[in-house]
Amino acid sequence: MVPSDSERFQHGYRPPVIVINDLVKHFGRFAALRGLTASFDAARIYTILGDNGAGKTTLLRALAGLVRPTRGCISVLGTTDLSSVRPQFGYMAHPSLLYDEMNGMENLRYFARLYGIEDDQRCSKTIARVGLDPELRRPIGQYSQGMRQRMSLARALLHDPKIFLLDEPFSNVDVSSAREMVKLLAEMRDTGKTILVVTHQAQLLEGAADEYVRMQAGQIVDRTLELQPLRSPWQGQDPHPGGAEER
Amino acid sequence: MSMLSGIAAATLSKDLRLEWRSKDAINSMLFFALLVVVIFSFSFNPTAEESRRIAGGLVWVAFLFAAVVALNQTWARELRNQVLDAYRVSPAPANALFLAKAFGNFIFVSVLEALMTPLFIVFYSLRALGPVWQLIPVAVLGTWALVVNGTFFAAMSLRTRSREIMLPLLLFPISIPALLAMVEATSAILTGEVSAKFWIVLLVAYDVVFTTGCLLLFETVLHAE
Repeated sequence: MVPSDSERFQHGYRPPVIVINDLVKHFGRFAALRGLTASFDAARIYTILGDNGAGKTTLLRALAGLVRPTRGCISVLGTTDLSSVRPQFGYMAHPSLLYDEMNGMENLRYFARLYGIEDDQRCSKTIARVGLDPELRRPIGQYSQGMRQRMSLARALLHDPKIFLLDEPFSNVDVSSAREMVKLLAEMRDTGKTILVVTHQAQLLEGAADEYVRMQAGQIVDRTLELQPLRSPWQGQDPHPGGAEER
Repeated sequence: MSMLSGIAAATLSKDLRLEWRSKDAINSMLFFALLVVVIFSFSFNPTAEESRRIAGGLVWVAFLFAAVVALNQTWARELRNQVLDAYRVSPAPANALFLAKAFGNFIFVSVLEALMTPLFIVFYSLRALGPVWQLIPVAVLGTWALVVNGTFFAAMSLRTRSREIMLPLLLFPISIPALLAMVEATSAILTGEVSAKFWIVLLVAYDVVFTTGCLLLFETVLHAE
């Protein structure tokens, strides 16, 4: 089982990087997050699992400050003012968040400017770090889906944030490239980064992930150090028991 | 260079590059404005005197309608692949994005005006009787009045289902004072009967008020859900 907060403190753990308290998010009548409380430590990879509609993406978007919680509180690096810690987030969403008409280097150069980075060398190195060629002049729109995902990861890595929020980073990525991405994430974790990965391909993170967080119906229902066998969705599990999705 | 101007310059340069490659906005604007000029010239057959009186209205209405096409395109490319979210999670100031978009649209509409004005002159046999140089401040201030509000309201209607319809519904009523000033100033310069000064001052005031208002409110609009 995952150690409690007091046990962590006794063993010299640093305070959690992310603390979420009673987080609720409604979209109209749909409750995407329902009183979620959790904390996440530095230098760990968290794999967030759950069925579609469990609230995984909403959780990441709330942490990134992209959706405003209906209720509850998020504290990141000791502050509840998420706008002040924006430079510390590396966010990767399901879409690429890249301009299709520009090539990889042009995209990264633009996003680097948003973080006050003027160094083109850094963009080249980041592209190379995810296994792509910085000299590639093809526009992103002509990349394969896997290449796009890796370039999207490069965009998230570029400004060397402390916290990574990665939503389905391995979707449409071939297994060997995904393993390379996992290796890179493990290296970043070893330098003290906190990494939250939402994925349906948890097996890819086995051996690298420190904790598995299972979500259901907008709540965390389980946190384990080992990947538990998946329950089949055909076993009659209702992702929103008792019609709970309606307020 | 301050962070705001640096990011605004990078965003403007990115937008110009994207437009240069896709030519989405400029082609549709030009085609639309050209259609308006040709259709109006077939519909009316004005004398030189009548042309001077109606040209101000025709020119600015054509530019306003054509500008809406560009304004819709401005934000549409930020929605593809949800790129706007990458901007929202960055520490970049919201106003840098707004200013870059507004200046980008200003450039696109100015290019349109530069290309279409000679056609208007030819089709309507226009010859100004007043001080022609005053058309420059009218064009600059009038174009800014259209794009600053247009950029803001296009961002506001970004998350609505029918944003192409929503933009003109929001933009046209609020642009009436500016449009009135542009039309009256242009007509005054073309006919040479009255001074355009009052209308130019009105345009300056309109631009100052709405630019300030848009800059103050844009962060709320950008981060709205």
